[in-house]
Amino acid sequence: MNNLKTVHFFGAILGFVLAAGVSAMWAQDAPDVGPHPPEPAKAMESHIGNITGHSADAKLDYRRYCAGCHGELGDGQGENTPWLDPKPRNFTLATFKCRSTLTGTLPTDEDLFNTIGRGLTNSNMPIWNTFTKQQRANLVAYIKTFSPRWEKEKAGEPIKIPVEPAVTIESISHGKALFTKLECWKCHGPQGKGDGPSAATLTDSQDNPIRPYNFAGGGDDSRFKCGSTNSDIYKIFITGVDGTPMPSFADVIQPNDAWDLVHFLRTLQVKRHSKENDVLKAAGGRIPPYVEKQAEAPVSQPENRAAGGGN
Amino acid sequence: MRTSKFCAAALIAALCPALMFGGTISGKVTYTGTPVKPKPIDMSKEPSCAKQHATPVNTETVVTGANNTLENVVVYISAGGDDANAPAQAVTFTQKGCQYLPHVVALHTGQELQVVNGDQTSHNIHPLAKVNREWNKSQPPGSPNISEKFDSPEFISVKCNIHPWMHGWFAVLKTNHYSISGANGGFSLPNLPPGKYTVTAWHEDYGTQTQDVTITGNETKSIDFSFKAKAY
Repeated sequence: MNNLKTVHFFGAILGFVLAAGVSAMWAQDAPDVGPHPPEPAKAMESHIGNITGHSADAKLDYRRYCAGCHGELGDGQGENTPWLDPKPRNFTLATFKCRSTLTGTLPTDEDLFNTIGRGLTNSNMPIWNTFTKQQRANLVAYIKTFSPRWEKEKAGEPIKIPVEPAVTIESISHGKALFTKLECWKCHGPQGKGDGPSAATLTDSQDNPIRPYNFAGGGDDSRFKCGSTNSDIYKIFITGVDGTPMPSFADVIQPNDAWDLVHFLRTLQVKRHSKENDVLKAAGGRIPPYVEKQAEAPVSQPENRAAGGGN
Repeated sequence: MRTSKFCAAALIAALCPALMFGGTISGKVTYTGTPVKPKPIDMSKEPSCAKQHATPVNTETVVTGANNTLENVVVYISAGGDDANAPAQAVTFTQKGCQYLPHVVALHTGQELQVVNGDQTSHNIHPLAKVNREWNKSQPPGSPNISEKFDSPEFISVKCNIHPWMHGWFAVLKTNHYSISGANGGFSLPNLPPGKYTVTAWHEDYGTQTQDVTITGNETKSIDFSFKAKAY
């Protein structure tokens, strides 16, 4: 105890001497180091249902819970960042993985709100279900103060997701054919294990190595980064995961085909219980080869864009 | 009425200087020192592309010609020659043999860019924009061209994540006066009305250089750029 006190005492003296000395030495041309968070240029708001979030109210929560990784300046350069993989989001770029909006557009307030509540599986971003909805809404508003894009642009329009058709062995079989045709396996691997021929070379937009999702990896509780319902999987490949190698397929896949692909992707989660795996089991556990139907409809642009469209 | 007047004014402004004066800035881009040797690309993981090339394709980070000339340098008017309007015609960026053709494409802000997949394999077009919006789109074989625009001037690095050797650039400019140096390192910026201009030469690995040039009339001013090759 005494020892500890002494250490503290000397520590304090040392600290004082150092601080005084250093500040005297560098008083004239001290480099401007350390974060000096500028006051947000503009107070931002978020709207989640009937809750309105205010950026000013999130200041303390952000510093307490977020800045350690995302940085005081929102640039993803918090003190923990060197030890994290994948790296924390850099909010100043306003590029977000989990969106209901088309690639290149800003996510909706609700998208960001859901990401905070859901956390990002396979990363250090936990599930922030300890926050109240108001706190989360405030944080969404706060995130929007870091990039001027939020003042200049509107969020993209959420994509249209048609009603999910029934799971059949045919839809799974067609989904498998699409998985091959759209070359999902190039990165995700033929069995969805994240071991495709291009997997080892992938980097995110900050040039950090990144792994494609391994569908077969998880157990019965396996999750996806941007939500775990079938609609969430649909959303992921239509909108793409911005800032990563995962592109958007909005312009190249028809809505019903997209559902077939979702059904097949579920069967790649071999250890997870799902209606798709039940259908597959009932069909003897083997996916029959897909027989192409005669094309009746003329080939047209897929209508994944919402009416009025984002850009 | 207002529109037609505006059009007439724009037409005169656009055509007359070109017809009456039409100054030209032209020259050559060269390098000094020893540039990095182009590396052959291993496309064996994509047989449909590998078989399109009798000999391995080289990386295009630094492409040189005879007499130390430097290719793929964007030479453009960076000050004094901004154009308000983008040409109506689209520029085309083609993926063929798992290569980008051309390696560097220049275009005006707001100008349409058409991305074509001429291969029998899927590509994803991923411009790593920092000022403009970053997007990433899949383009399987036979799918329609992707049409996009960029709002702000920026040199955007473009890659295909599926084929990591594929790398190119979109040079988004505020001017229509640009030229990309060819195999002989040559460039030419014609149709310049009299004025003071800043000419910038940009190379993806060697950075930028600028020179000021004054055009007084119907003349051709010759300027050259010389980049120092980066040591590796």
